[in-house]
Amino acid sequence: MRTIQTSDIIDAVAKMCVSSNTELPADVRAKLEKAMAEETSPSAKEVLRQLLENADLAFDTKLPLCQDCGLAVYFVEVGDEVRIEGGNLRDAINEGTRKGYADGYLRKSACDPLSRANTGDGTPAVIHFDFVPGDKLKISYMAKGGGAENMSRVTMLAPAQGWEGIKKFVINRVAEAGPNPCPPTVIGVGIGGTFEHAAKIAKRGLLRKLDDVHPDPDIAAKEKELEDAINALGIGPMGLGGKTTVLGVKITMEPCHLASLPLAVNVQCHSQRHEEVIL
Amino acid sequence: MAEYRLNTPLTDEDIAQLKAGDVVFLTGTIYSARDAAHKKLVDLLDAGKELPFDLKGAAIYYVGPSPAPPGRPIGAAGPTTSYRMDSYAPRLYSLGLKATIGKGKRDAATRQAMQDYTAVYFGATGGAGALLSNSIVESTVIAFDELGPEAIREMKVEDFPLLVINDSHGGELYAVPDRKAAGIE
Repeated sequence: MRTIQTSDIIDAVAKMCVSSNTELPADVRAKLEKAMAEETSPSAKEVLRQLLENADLAFDTKLPLCQDCGLAVYFVEVGDEVRIEGGNLRDAINEGTRKGYADGYLRKSACDPLSRANTGDGTPAVIHFDFVPGDKLKISYMAKGGGAENMSRVTMLAPAQGWEGIKKFVINRVAEAGPNPCPPTVIGVGIGGTFEHAAKIAKRGLLRKLDDVHPDPDIAAKEKELEDAINALGIGPMGLGGKTTVLGVKITMEPCHLASLPLAVNVQCHSQRHEEVIL
Repeated sequence: MAEYRLNTPLTDEDIAQLKAGDVVFLTGTIYSARDAAHKKLVDLLDAGKELPFDLKGAAIYYVGPSPAPPGRPIGAAGPTTSYRMDSYAPRLYSLGLKATIGKGKRDAATRQAMQDYTAVYFGATGGAGALLSNSIVESTVIAFDELGPEAIREMKVEDFPLLVINDSHGGELYAVPDRKAAGIE
């Protein structure tokens, strides 16, 4: 057994919250630069130029990239040879979130769903645990802004609808969302599992790098097919028209019930803020 | 597409000249208000009470900024998605509000209200929170402090970069999704 102290977890999580919200990931920057080079519409180019200037400014000033520093979402892989010492793992992640959102002057956006009273410290975080072989603890953080998250949907298709039905639903969702989620977006697609699992894997797919290629060539081809079709919609950066409506589409597929075809579309904004730490 | 430099308070003449696609650099005083603040504003109106700021010629920015770090008047301050304020916007436009600032589509009633009351909807670049904060030189909470990020702030802006999305003549800038090109029609 390997022992990991909760104090180390708290520090690592806090640091990750701050850096994720102030430093645009390199793969996202590269995609935005590529998009700017390819766009021909002046307004589309101007939006992308502003986003790149914003990223430079955030890096230099340590201001958040976006005022919506998101609800903190974590995917945690706990090695079965890991023992947590000094407290509870969930509490430690929440404490790290509290610290990071305070230290980084990040906006606290967690509130009661009905009274709308703000919890005041950015917690509770949404935490998904998974148990894996080994003696490591991997914590992936995602800042999930409300504007993009609100455009996400889960649906239960009939098995007969198949890939064509999936494709139509995903493209329609992006079309209906239009300018609302801060395009160019990144689209996580979860296919299979159950009602709640489809949503979870759709979001987990957003942890992948934008420039990676899915190891399954069939799924990789489907990601490309969706990306091209969505970009053909012409919504463009901020909905002002243009070639770049999505920076990437990430599909995660898992087996489902023989009566079902669960489908989830998780929309993420152009900032695509996420980071991971391995302890 | 024209470029304008406008000052608050905004007049009917300022607004009537604007067309969807025009660029506007706004200078003066604007007010932050988003979901919870709008509900409170409308509750005040229903109760026949005075609002914390004068709507006449005013511009409301749909923003919930991040906290101001030391040495800066405000944190990151980009627009939030506007459709959530659509249930309140026509009433506020009818009482003299001249401009709202946000991102994303407005509903039919809100677009109609802009025509009826000579008002406009400006877009600011979503997610450019650090960049846009540079145009905000002062910020003071004037109401609903308890709402935290959603409190109403009086903000002084200089050359705040905006794009006319919906003008007062029924014009709209957003692209219509080409479903045919995407192969779903």
